[in-house]
Amino acid sequence: MNFFAELLISAALVVSGVFGFVGSFGLIKLKHPLQRLHAPTKATTLGVGGVLIASMIFFFAKTGHVSVHELLITLFLFLTAPITANFIAKAYMSRNLRKGDLPDPPGEYGWSVYDDPPESRSDRP
Amino acid sequence: MIEYALAFAASCYGIALLLDLWRIAVGPDAADRILALDTMVINIIALLVLYGIWRGTAIYFEPAMLIAMVGFVSTVAYCRFLLRGDIIE
Repeated sequence: MNFFAELLISAALVVSGVFGFVGSFGLIKLKHPLQRLHAPTKATTLGVGGVLIASMIFFFAKTGHVSVHELLITLFLFLTAPITANFIAKAYMSRNLRKGDLPDPPGEYGWSVYDDPPESRSDRP
Repeated sequence: MIEYALAFAASCYGIALLLDLWRIAVGPDAADRILALDTMVINIIALLVLYGIWRGTAIYFEPAMLIAMVGFVSTVAYCRFLLRGDIIE
């Protein structure tokens, strides 16, 4: 394995380690529960992304083949991270905030956490 | 050089796991605990891939993928339980 590949792998590993630590440190340091939603996204995107980039370069330099397993894991994490954050925020809202704490939504229906869903129309195709 | 970088990244993720454990223990809300558990799953995926690089095998990608899927499903199930009092209605 040549020096340049080792340098790239080490840089990606160090960056990902720092961001993984920063994500969990923000989980400790930030005051409000909805602020804490912000910190672990760094661990998801840059932390795990850096580790997977390092792994791709490592196995490419070792075997000569490009492996796509890492891209699958990254794609899955990037797809599921917003859904998870949305669910956690809704769980916090339903437990700790009442309807009067939030501004009215501009649309026709209220917040989905507090109001029932609109009636399904049978004439819609 | 890769060995030192691997040791650095693994110790960073180890400390991060301890901080997540602190947030799970302290709380104060259930949403915080779910968030800390989700972060723990992410950190464990990174640790598994790091272990795979250290051993030089590609066998740890399938476990990492499975843990990612199980972690997502469990987070959604826990949030759903808090939201509705039931997981599958």
